Amino acid sequence: MKNVEKGWEPRILAFLCNWCSYAGADLTGISRIQYPPNVRIVRVPCSGRVNPYYIIKALQCGWDGVLVSGCHPGDCHYISGNLVARRRFAVLKDLLEYVGIEPARVNFSWVSAAEGGKFASVVTEVVNEVKALGPAKRLVKVRIEWKNLKNR
Amino acid sequence: MEKLEKSLREIAEKLLSEKKVDLIIGYERGTRPLRTTPCFVNKTEDVQKLIWDSSCDNNLAKYVVDRKEKVGVVAKGCDARLIAVCIAENQVPKENVIIIGVPCLGVVDRKKVESKLEEKEILEATIEGEKIKVKGEEFELLLAKNDFLCDSCLTCKHRNPPIQDVLVGEEVPELTEVNEFTEVENLEAMAAEERWNHFNGELSKCIRCYACRSVCPLCYCKTCFVDQSIPTWFGKTNDLSDTMIYHIVRALHVAGRCVDCGACSRVCPVNINLRELMKKIEKIVKERYNFKAGLSLEEAPPLGDFKSEDPQEFIK
Repeated sequence: MKNVEKGWEPRILAFLCNWCSYAGADLTGISRIQYPPNVRIVRVPCSGRVNPYYIIKALQCGWDGVLVSGCHPGDCHYISGNLVARRRFAVLKDLLEYVGIEPARVNFSWVSAAEGGKFASVVTEVVNEVKALGPAKRLVKVRIEWKNLKNR
Repeated sequence: MEKLEKSLREIAEKLLSEKKVDLIIGYERGTRPLRTTPCFVNKTEDVQKLIWDSSCDNNLAKYVVDRKEKVGVVAKGCDARLIAVCIAENQVPKENVIIIGVPCLGVVDRKKVESKLEEKEILEATIEGEKIKVKGEEFELLLAKNDFLCDSCLTCKHRNPPIQDVLVGEEVPELTEVNEFTEVENLEAMAAEERWNHFNGELSKCIRCYACRSVCPLCYCKTCFVDQSIPTWFGKTNDLSDTMIYHIVRALHVAGRCVDCGACSRVCPVNINLRELMKKIEKIVKERYNFKAGLSLEEAPPLGDFKSEDPQEFIK
């Protein structure tokens, strides 16, 4: 963690599926479970909707880590979206690791709508791992700053 | 070789005269030494143009996609496998293609010959059995063909087309002992940092000419992701990040489809060893899903498919 600017906090982009993980994250909030505020959430219809481009583009835009989370196998609202996604993510993750991207920057998880606690622990784990790596450098083209991200 | 050429021409003539095909796609002698060029024959009298030797390196599967007429294609092991992939992906109906399989002992990599001769220009070259005879101004050399084969041919496990309708000549022995993933394993053994630097160095040479995309029979998308402008996914610049992403995503797109014909590496004007990426993709798919592309006409590509018991050790 050399040359890390003071007070640096990792920025994690999370793609959560509408039916399970997004509801799971909602439950985390409702249950008042604490987790690091470093994630920004994008709600997607299904983890199968997450194109590998999204993940690579996020890395190119300077996000320090990406998390994609969907329903557990067998629970997909669209029957098999998460199973197709699983193969796609496996190949993507292996390939990114092979070209030298730190594996901890690209994360996948299954979080159901009832697993508020699991969502908090997954986010905590991802944030801690990315914090240990320091700011993303590889594959970054433009670094998008926090302050330029519009909050709704 | 002459015997093979003769029987290839006979087969082509028979297919054309019996009206089984409207067109034969094969190879003819190119205008430069060690070059062959794709040859399209639709008249029986033109079959004499067809040739076959170790300089026939083009991947003719490229010409099968989107063709309306019935074609007969001269196909090496790798070409035949790629035609099979295109058929399995419904890019061309099976009944429109007749695969004329030719057993192949490897094709010559011109770049290797050129680097051996350093700056000297080759004016004439002939392949005679196991030797390549190259002639230029004030020199004449006899080279052993096996030292100048393409890298992908050295580890090829399907020298005989696994799928074919007619076979020219006799089957050749397969290389069963070689490890096709040596290069990838060496890279995997490196530290992440080293690998990153290695790929940086290799891919920063890229001039984004897209020759690798143009030559690849699997790159048949009407609009490639790098050409898309709404939305503009990734930049078209030769900024290192954009270039790396182009190659990473192209590798992802051919996952479970690439058969390592080596055309992309051969065609690269700046000598990027694209096989390092393609071979890794092949290895991932083989290890995770036990799949090898181009061996069946029905099996869907693994990334369009799933099994409930697929490995998921990487998912939290």
